[in-house]
Amino acid sequence: MADDKHTQPEVDRLTGIATTGHEWDGIKELNTPLPRWWLWTFYVTIVWAIGYMVVYPAIPLISSHTVGLFGYTNRAAVQVELDKLQAQRNAQAAGLADATFEQIKANPDLNRIALARGKAAFGDNCMGCHGAGGMGFVGYPNLADDDWIWGGKPEQIQQTILHGIRWDQNTETRVGNMPAFGRTGMLKRDEIAESVEYVRSLAGLDVEKTANLAKGKEVFAANCASCHGDEGKGNQELGAPSLTDAIWLYGNSRAAMTEGLVNGRAGAMPAWSGRLDAVTIKALTVYVGSLGGGQ
Amino acid sequence: MAATLPAPQLKITDLGAGIAFGALALLTLIIAGKTEYPGYAFHALVFAIASGWACFKVFDNATSRGPVAIAQEIDGKPNYNMGPVKFATIAAMFWGIAGFTVGLVIALQLAFPVFNFELPWISFGRLRPLHTSAVIFAFGGNVLIGTSFYVVQKTCRARLAGDISPWFVVLGYNLFIVIAGTGYLLGITQGKEYAEPEWYADLWLTVVWVAYLLVFLATVWKRKEPHIYVANWFYLGFIVTIAVLHLGNNATIPVSIFSPKSYIVWSGVQDAMFQWWYGHNAVGFFLTAGFLAIMYYFIPKRAERPVYSYRLSIIHFWALIFLYIWAGPHHLHYTALPDWAQTLGMTFSIMLWMPSWGGMINGLLTLSGAWDKLRTDPVLRMMVVSVAFYGMSTFEGPLMSIKAVNSLSHYTDWTIGHVHSGALGWVGYISFGAIYCLVPWLWNKKSLYSDRLVNWHFWISTLGIVLYITAMWVSGILQGLMWRAYTPLGFLEYSFIETVAAMKPFYVIRALGGGLFLAGALIMAYNLWMTVRGAPEAREAGLGDALPATR
Repeated sequence: MADDKHTQPEVDRLTGIATTGHEWDGIKELNTPLPRWWLWTFYVTIVWAIGYMVVYPAIPLISSHTVGLFGYTNRAAVQVELDKLQAQRNAQAAGLADATFEQIKANPDLNRIALARGKAAFGDNCMGCHGAGGMGFVGYPNLADDDWIWGGKPEQIQQTILHGIRWDQNTETRVGNMPAFGRTGMLKRDEIAESVEYVRSLAGLDVEKTANLAKGKEVFAANCASCHGDEGKGNQELGAPSLTDAIWLYGNSRAAMTEGLVNGRAGAMPAWSGRLDAVTIKALTVYVGSLGGGQ
Repeated sequence: MAATLPAPQLKITDLGAGIAFGALALLTLIIAGKTEYPGYAFHALVFAIASGWACFKVFDNATSRGPVAIAQEIDGKPNYNMGPVKFATIAAMFWGIAGFTVGLVIALQLAFPVFNFELPWISFGRLRPLHTSAVIFAFGGNVLIGTSFYVVQKTCRARLAGDISPWFVVLGYNLFIVIAGTGYLLGITQGKEYAEPEWYADLWLTVVWVAYLLVFLATVWKRKEPHIYVANWFYLGFIVTIAVLHLGNNATIPVSIFSPKSYIVWSGVQDAMFQWWYGHNAVGFFLTAGFLAIMYYFIPKRAERPVYSYRLSIIHFWALIFLYIWAGPHHLHYTALPDWAQTLGMTFSIMLWMPSWGGMINGLLTLSGAWDKLRTDPVLRMMVVSVAFYGMSTFEGPLMSIKAVNSLSHYTDWTIGHVHSGALGWVGYISFGAIYCLVPWLWNKKSLYSDRLVNWHFWISTLGIVLYITAMWVSGILQGLMWRAYTPLGFLEYSFIETVAAMKPFYVIRALGGGLFLAGALIMAYNLWMTVRGAPEAREAGLGDALPATR
């Protein structure tokens, strides 16, 4: 028992092995030798570790370290892989760099390479805002439909990617301005409500029965038509979207439309010319065009 | 002695402690008043209230106790001090359930981001350290402190050293937990994984931890047994090393005493190396050495069998503590860490395999001749399965430290799965087993309220663990393969967001597994509550000697 501190070694009945003669709170210990397989495996791992440390850089010295048998470094190893990859990509890019969009389209090999390169670049750079497959979110245009705010021809898409939209750091960035009609007092509250109802009628959305569409049309002609056109069909030169279709960047609720009129809209897209090389942007253009609505 | 005070029996130690607490209360009150950071002011106020209460309590106890010192022995038997053990046991259960719940919430947040509720305080970024700290330090820490105070007394046949100190350790540690946890929610963090609490919480923990070390050492010092039991070696290794790690990785300089913010003295890759020297050995000494100590007491005790091999226990103890401390660099493979350090981190991890398994062998083979007890005693079964999980994780760990494997597994969910097979399987189950043993012993009950409920706990949570780790294995390996996949044309095959989308089903399964684990812990809490509430039954054989009875 626990109180007996003068325990002598005894042979355990079940295992036939002697105890050490120690006892703590009723717990005894068998004097079993180290399991051989355990010991030998331990030795093998030690031998292996020493071998590995001879082959690879391992032991720190005062101002350097042992470099191992082959002078291996992580940095050099990854550089070899990167160089190989870069060489493969450069070989493919040579064709892309000089080709026009029409030539790329006409050449299945070039097209395939452009799409592959564009898809990878899109995943790393564009999906964060435009979503997987370019389906877009509220405020971030869907790139998979054929409704283009700034134009869907390859040259137009390329221009957008190169210089961005309302991107101050880039001097050639696309600039279009949806003014804050309400906040700046250009339109009164009832004028905004009337023009919202009129725009809804253009788009085939439900309209308040009591709405004064004639008044709305008047407000529209005086304030909106200069950019969105007399019939509201939009103007890609100014980045003014069509108001007559079913595609609404910020949603087609009265609240969203009113918010746009009161506070204006000025979503921005970065210019990528400083971050991606010209070939990648060209490939990206081909890829974005291929998502569904390229013209 | 303090002859001028109204209570002549006031000892110099009581006086010193009282004055120290009073001074701390005053200092923290000043900080609370002067700081411009609301979260820090709140923390200072908590400190002021806690130390003010401690000051009052010390003088109150000293004056009401009278001149008689607490007996070290009664009728020739040690007068064990089980109050702090009881407190730590309850705290462990409370924090465990809190930590598991937060874990479930963040698992759901990863699968369904709507569970962030757009609230900063419960966003994933703040809840994740709350989860890890709650389960490792709050749950695990209380289990370690509670069991160590129990085991050291019983295996040394000596009352815990000190009267105030054991309570200071237990209460002070839990105060640290409260400060750390509320700090995360308020956005106070130094951004070091598993060492997020800011400088003032770290300082407080240092004081508490030194007190812990001294109480433990002093108890071992006055032991009535000729030898020190192996469990106490493991506890001591854990306490000493955690102190060193804590100081090394929290060497920060506060911006000012009125600011919660501090900056670490290490920079760049040295800081990263310190962080993972700390992080890896938090696993090695907190979650391994400490819980091996629990295993070494509770498994032989419960199985009523001698420890399998004394020699193995000595050899694997020293091998484990010597090798573990070098393995940290394997967390920084293929980074700016110099190649030689990566090599050492990997080779020492491989050599660590057998020393780790020494504990598994000693745990499992202690059952030799008593395997039949696994059928009838679900508590013992839980502890044995825990050791099996320990063996699995300590094989997987060295495997993942191999650079070629690590290049696939690093930064993926495989790491999360690995951690949880160790955390849920090993640490969780050995803790549950120890608590299931301790509660009837501490509250003087013949047995647990229900062995059937232990069985339910065991099976529900085992299913949970299996779901959790298999989901993370699959998702981790899938993730690693997707990240490195190239098209024949030499471009990455998948964008990052596509790999995230591919994880979703596994995140749902993981949350389900975590939910089952939590459900098991709730069953346990109910069972323990009913055990404590049950009528006290005097046990003839003395604490801990009764066979578990089936209800």
